[in-house]
Amino acid sequence: MAHEKKQLLRRLESAKELNRFMADYYYELNEAAISGKQKIAWCTSVGPAELLRGLGYLIYFPETHAAMLGATRMATDLIPTASAMGYSPEICSYLTADIGAFVKGITPLSTAFKGIASVPKPDVLVYNTNQCRDVLDWFNWYGDKFNVPVIGIQSHRSVGEITDSHIASITSQIENLVAPLEELAGRKLDMDAFQQAVTLSRECSDLWAKCLATASAKPAPLTFFDATTLMGPAVVGRGTLKAVKTYQLLLEELEERVDAGEGALVGEEKYRLYWDGMPVWGRLGMHSKMFAELNVNVIASTYCSSWIFSTLNPSDPFKSMAQAYTELFITRNDAYKERYIQTKLDLFGCDGILYHNARTCPNNTNCLYGMPQRLFAKTDIPFVTMDGDLNDLRCLSDEQTKTNIEAFIEQLEEMK
Amino acid sequence: MSKAYSTDKLIYGGVDVGASHTKVALIDTAGHLCGHGVRKSGVNFSATAEMCLADALQMADCTTNQVAHTVSTGYGRQNVTYATESRTEIGCHAKSCYFYFPEAITVIDIGGQDNKIIKLDPHGRRISFKMNRKCAAGTGAFLEEMATRLDIPLSDMDGLARKSTETVNIGSYCTVFSATEVLKYVRQGKKVEDIIKGLFVSVIRRVLEMDALTEKVVMTGGVVAHNPYFIDLSEEQIGRGIWTPPLPQLAGAIGAALYAKANQTSDNE
Ligand code: SF4
Repeated sequence: MAHEKKQLLRRLESAKELNRFMADYYYELNEAAISGKQKIAWCTSVGPAELLRGLGYLIYFPETHAAMLGATRMATDLIPTASAMGYSPEICSYLTADIGAFVKGITPLSTAFKGIASVPKPDVLVYNTNQCRDVLDWFNWYGDKFNVPVIGIQSHRSVGEITDSHIASITSQIENLVAPLEELAGRKLDMDAFQQAVTLSRECSDLWAKCLATASAKPAPLTFFDATTLMGPAVVGRGTLKAVKTYQLLLEELEERVDAGEGALVGEEKYRLYWDGMPVWGRLGMHSKMFAELNVNVIASTYCSSWIFSTLNPSDPFKSMAQAYTELFITRNDAYKERYIQTKLDLFGCDGILYHNARTCPNNTNCLYGMPQRLFAKTDIPFVTMDGDLNDLRCLSDEQTKTNIEAFIEQLEEMK
Repeated sequence: MSKAYSTDKLIYGGVDVGASHTKVALIDTAGHLCGHGVRKSGVNFSATAEMCLADALQMADCTTNQVAHTVSTGYGRQNVTYATESRTEIGCHAKSCYFYFPEAITVIDIGGQDNKIIKLDPHGRRISFKMNRKCAAGTGAFLEEMATRLDIPLSDMDGLARKSTETVNIGSYCTVFSATEVLKYVRQGKKVEDIIKGLFVSVIRRVLEMDALTEKVVMTGGVVAHNPYFIDLSEEQIGRGIWTPPLPQLAGAIGAALYAKANQTSDNE
């Protein structure tokens, strides 16, 4: 008799809706690129999307594409192409995988969405360096390739307390984008559409925040690994009504699960972990299964909370965007980050923290300057660090990861 | 395995299938080591584990029927067909070191492929652990590689290092860079014993930078077992005494056997 495969995780029905959202999103971009009827802006993941919507642009996010290259495990084979062009394997493996894919004329979009042959050609590239400098290098390469302008915002980094001067400088940089973007779009900024985009972006962000907050329930109705894919519309669809509706459905389902006392793990949720840093895109399935087998749920993360913009305010769109895109975790100093993580640990009732030391993204890696040790001294919550990468699978060893995680869970067991 | 014999004849097994060597330890109900076996892991982990068990049983003058329970550990822990449970090598090293030194300790294990630093509280509970996983520098594999390059049997390294009169500085993180440094010293006509001592010190430095050592330090692993001079040099580096359990290469296997015993004891309670 054939052995039945043990189900470890409960699937979310509304995930299908989110997948549909992503398919529609890419088809719309593809059509616009082919017909030329609507302008396309490429934008960094925490760039000024709402403004672009107010100007009628469709927005494509290269980072989401790069994450797809990771998730489909195509990235590792593409990175060497970019390395040979002078982009070190030590720098952002989103950048190297994405440029490598472009040079080779490969995209995971064509496998996932029948009929799409390539990424949509940009009319402009718009960046914000609030996350890192790599996005600018990345966009400059494409700007050169497509011979289109690269414009954006040079953000402050390692920000402690946010001051009026921070906000004033970012606000004016966002405002200064209007004229060149109007010229490229061949139309004036529609203030109503802009404010509407800010309203919808805020709604989307609030709903996404609520979805993530359901994981404070015990057992948690979702896992970090679910959230990394469920967050797609919060990244690419913020500022649209469709994204809002998608998250309403997801929230409903998650709340139902909480009411029913049903967790994402089929088995008992013995331990609850916080994940700091990026996911290993090519190992989402493997990692979620590994943790579920150990009766561990990774319930909260810094990464998935990065698309929460609670200060967006349609009555003051420029300034509130400046505020929202400056107060992000990744833009802040370690003192802020430690307070932030500590609050999450309390809120979600975490038993331990896993720090992902992603080789090619120091910007999303928080275990390099003594933070784990400082947080442990403050909270007594044990931690483990895992060497890996977001996209480059050459930077990790599955066997070592497994031993590391198993040893950490043994440690938590002993401490109980 | 079945418990067909009276309890005083029962023994417990621990198997540590490491990247370079497989170790089996058999302990009695009091936790005393009564037999052990060590072989190169090779390419067939389960066959090697079987052979090590046979060696250990012969030494203990026991039969497989007397083995009440076996726990496996190490990279190949899933390949041990006769083990009924597995634990990580971190847990096993901690368990055996605490057995010999029941107090707050820091365990440093220098293995064939990786190093571990494990901190235990006075009750033997793990407070934290770290593994060096990215590069061979600081591991037994590094010394093996260098022995080959210098054309010296691995077993001669300890004796040669002890004869050194001048330590050469080998500072790179990376095995390839270190090899280049070694070549430089060979070219400069440095004595081989000085180069080997330099290599030992470089491994120790790589390990010591992994974590702060706060408590009593206990060292385990094959590198220490085969190169006792390593302990002296480590003591020099940290400025205080270092302890080793008897048969430091067997620490993981003994820890696994102690887990096997603990498991069965609680079962019987
Ligand atoms: S934040 Fe990290 S992963 Fe994201 S674009 Fe910058 S370097 Fe790449």
